[in-house]
Amino acid sequence: MTAAIDVHELTRRFGDFTAVDSITFDVQEGEVFGFLGANGAGKTTAIRMLTGLLVPTSGQASVAGFDVLTHTEDVKRHIGYMSQRFSLYGDLTVRENITLYGGIYGLSDNEIRDRGNALIAELQLESNSDDRVASLPLGWKQKLAFSVAMLHAPAVVFLDEPTGGVDPITRRQFWEMIYAAAERRTTVFVTTHYMDEAEYCDRVSIMVDGRIAAMGSPAELKQQLGGGTLDEVFVRLARPAARAGMAST
Amino acid sequence: MASRSSALRAFVLKETRHILRDRQTLVILLLLPVAMVVLFGFALRNDVTNVRIAVVDPTPDHATIALRSRFAGNPRFTVVAVSPSTRDLESLFRRGAADIALVFPSGFAGRLAEGSPANLLLIGDASDPNSGSATAAYTGAVIAHYRADVGATSGAVQIVPQLRMRFNPTLESVNLFVPGLIALVLTLVTAIMTAISLSREKERGTLEILLVSPLRPWQIIMGKVLPYLLLALANVVTALLAASLVFHVPIRGSITLLIGASVLYSMVGLALGVLIAALTSSQRAAMLGAVAGTMLPNTLLSGMIFPIASLPGWLRVITYVVPARWFIVVARGVMLQGVGVVYLWRELAVLVLMLAILLIAAVRSFRPRLA
Repeated sequence: MTAAIDVHELTRRFGDFTAVDSITFDVQEGEVFGFLGANGAGKTTAIRMLTGLLVPTSGQASVAGFDVLTHTEDVKRHIGYMSQRFSLYGDLTVRENITLYGGIYGLSDNEIRDRGNALIAELQLESNSDDRVASLPLGWKQKLAFSVAMLHAPAVVFLDEPTGGVDPITRRQFWEMIYAAAERRTTVFVTTHYMDEAEYCDRVSIMVDGRIAAMGSPAELKQQLGGGTLDEVFVRLARPAARAGMAST
Repeated sequence: MASRSSALRAFVLKETRHILRDRQTLVILLLLPVAMVVLFGFALRNDVTNVRIAVVDPTPDHATIALRSRFAGNPRFTVVAVSPSTRDLESLFRRGAADIALVFPSGFAGRLAEGSPANLLLIGDASDPNSGSATAAYTGAVIAHYRADVGATSGAVQIVPQLRMRFNPTLESVNLFVPGLIALVLTLVTAIMTAISLSREKERGTLEILLVSPLRPWQIIMGKVLPYLLLALANVVTALLAASLVFHVPIRGSITLLIGASVLYSMVGLALGVLIAALTSSQRAAMLGAVAGTMLPNTLLSGMIFPIASLPGWLRVITYVVPARWFIVVARGVMLQGVGVVYLWRELAVLVLMLAILLIAAVRSFRPRLA
C-alpha cells in the first residue's frame, strides 16, 4: 500500500511561534483519517501546508505522491478541498457551481455534464438544479459542497470541519458520503470537533500545542489512554495544552 | 493547455454571472456614467457667467463704441465702468468690482481705418487663475468676433489682443471635463468593483478554495478583470454618447485610439483594484482603500479639475504616478485636438509601464504560500 499522505517532521513557525512542531504521520490510500485538536492546536496550519497554501519552515510532506514543496501544482490537481466556511457561490445555481468547479479542475464539457447529472441525482436535487445555492438549506449546501469537491475524483480530499452547524441527520448522511468516497479509494483527511464523528474514522490523530500527542484507531486510543469515550480521551490530552482555546492559526 | 483555457473560461463565466445576477449594482454601474457626465457637465464648469468688465476709452469714437456695445449687449458681460484713463482701475480691482479691464489706445478707429495694428490691453483679475484665464478668453472671443465682423465689411482690420484659446474655440469647459469624467467613471467601475469583488471572495472563504485549486494567480486575476473590462467599455461608449448628445463634445481624432486608450487605462484600474484587494483583509477596507487610492488622486491630482501646472511642486511630482493624469492627456488629445499616437505615445507608454508593474505586483501578492 502506498501512502496517500506522507508527512515527515513537518514544521511551521511564525516568528517565535511554532504553530506546527515537527509532526510525522502517514495516511494510507482509501483511509478515513481524523485530524483532531483543540482550536489553536495547529490543525489549520498543517492543512494549509498540505494543500499548498503555506510553505513549511522545515520537514517534508507529500500528498497523492507529489511533494508539496516542489510539485505544488500536481498536488493541487489531485486533491479536493472543503473548508469550514461555505465554499460554493450562493448567487450561482447548483448547476453553475458544478460547471465552475468542473471547469477549474479541467474536466471536459461532457464530463461536467455527466458527473453533474449523477451528482444531482445522488443528492436528489433534480428539481432544484437551477435554483441559486443560497436558497438551499444548510445541510444540502454542505452535501453539495462535498460532492463538488469530489467532482474531479481527487486522490485525497481534505475536509476542514465539514459538518459544523449541521443537524444530526444530515451529519449521518454526510458520513455515508465520506464512506462511499473512501470505498472508491479516495483518501479522506477530515478535521472535526465532534467526537462521535471521530469514532467513524479508521484512524485519528490528536494534536496538542502543535504536536501530535496521540495517534491510532479510536479503539486503540481509548485503550492506550485509560479508557472512557473518545471525548474523555481528547479532553484528557488537550486540557494541559498551553494554547487551548486560542484563535485558530 | 486545453484544461488551462477551460479553467479560465469557467472562471470568466462565473464572474460574468456574478455581475449579471447583481441587478441593482449592474443598473447603477450602467447608469452612473451617464448621470455623472450630465451632472458634472452642468455643475462642474469653469465657465464664467457674469463677467464684470471695466472699459478705459481715452478717445471715444465709432469703433470703440461699437466694440463697447458688443460687451454691453452680451449676456455674459456687465460693463461696470467706462472711464477716460486707467487711474480708476486699481481701486476697481482692489474692491473686486471688476473681473477684467479693456483698455483702448487713443485713436482706435483711425488705426483700424488705416490698417495699422490696433493694440488692445486686457487686464484680468488673476487671483483665481482658472476663472481669470476663462474671463480673459471670453473677452478675447468677443473682440475676435468684432474684428471678424468689421473685417468682413471693410477689408483687413488689425486688432491685437492676442488671447486665443486653441482647441476649444467655443470655450466650453465641459469639453475639458469629459475626458476627466471618463477617467473617473472607468476608475469607479474598474478599481473599486474589482477590489470589492475580490475582497468579497476573501471574506467568504471562496478565495481559499480557488487558491487550493489548480487555478493560477494570473487566471484568477484575468477572470476578475475580463468581465469588468467589458462593462468598462460599455461605460466608455455611453459616457461618450452622453457627452456628444447633451454637450456636443467633439471627438476630433481616432475613436479607435480613444477606445484603445480607455481599455489600457481600465486595465490599469483593474490591476490596481486587484492589488488593493490583495493587500486588505476586509471588503470595507478594500472599498475605502480603493476610494482613497484611486478616486481621490484620479479626481484631484489628474488635471481633471485643477490644472497640474497650478499645483505646488511636491504635489506635481505625485501626479506622475496617477494613472488618470496620463489618460486624460491622451483623451483630451484625441477628442479635442484630434492628435494621434505620434503625439501621445509617451503617455500611452507610461500607462503600459504602470500596467506591467501593477500586474506583476498583483500576481506576486497572490502567492499565498509565502504568507
